[in-house]
Amino acid sequence: MKPKALIPFAIFLVLVVFLAIGLTRDPREIPSPLIDKPAPAFSLPQLAKPDQPLQLADMQGKVWLLNVWASWCAACRDEHPVLVEFAKQGVLPIVGLNYKDKRADAQAWLKEFGDPYATSIVDADGRVGIDYGVYGVPETFLIDGAGRIRYKQIGPITPEVLAKEILPRVRQLTGGQG
Amino acid sequence: MDARASHLEEQLRCLVCQNQSIAESQADLALDLKRQVREMLAAGKSDAEVRDYMVERYGDFVLYDPPVKSSTLLLWLGPLALVLVALAGLVWQLVRRRTAVPAPVDERALARARALLAEKDES
Repeated sequence: MKPKALIPFAIFLVLVVFLAIGLTRDPREIPSPLIDKPAPAFSLPQLAKPDQPLQLADMQGKVWLLNVWASWCAACRDEHPVLVEFAKQGVLPIVGLNYKDKRADAQAWLKEFGDPYATSIVDADGRVGIDYGVYGVPETFLIDGAGRIRYKQIGPITPEVLAKEILPRVRQLTGGQG
Repeated sequence: MDARASHLEEQLRCLVCQNQSIAESQADLALDLKRQVREMLAAGKSDAEVRDYMVERYGDFVLYDPPVKSSTLLLWLGPLALVLVALAGLVWQLVRRRTAVPAPVDERALARARALLAEKDES
């Protein structure tokens, strides 16, 4: 066979490789431009204490997770046991951002499935969500002591995501502890 | 004002239903973003400021018309490069065909062909 006859086959192979790589990527995961940028400021009422707002500055000096959740979000239900288990280990505080939810629904939800959050703050109209570029709940941000976003998880946190993405970064940020 | 808002909304992609602009989409997030666009325009922001606001939060992906920069060069120039490669291939083929020497003919095969043709003429 002449080498020339192999050209269409070679082109086909290149195409297959590109398509195969394409299949392994999730087009719904849009890289956030906020990584390594200062977390957007907020001041939001807490779910349990509506008259006491929590501000971004209150978390200064801590490495913490901001977990966007809602009682209407089915994937949050899958994620929740992982968070509850993780919170028990006390590695770092998890703040819940209760996104476009009803207060009563949110409180009932935490009662039923357990509350892994140091506190949950209420973003009733989704404005803070827009500031954080939230487009699909659940989403989780890892924020360092200087208030910079270091990692964003789009979609549910799984034990694998915790072990591979979040914990190594936390160890790095806290200088080996945790 | 309304026209300006609609024009902007047509250029912004809905992150939830990625093949729709926020103007077309009825997704919750699209409604929120439309509200945001209108509020910003009402507050006297320019179209560019609104676009920058969205890109800061959602990245270039939110724009239907991606900006030209180093990471998008392949996207912008890729098709042009493909056309150039195809053109070069075509020119190369044409030049080669024009200057090609006719392949040497096997004299015995030629003689046989002539004989066969002659036979056919006789019958």
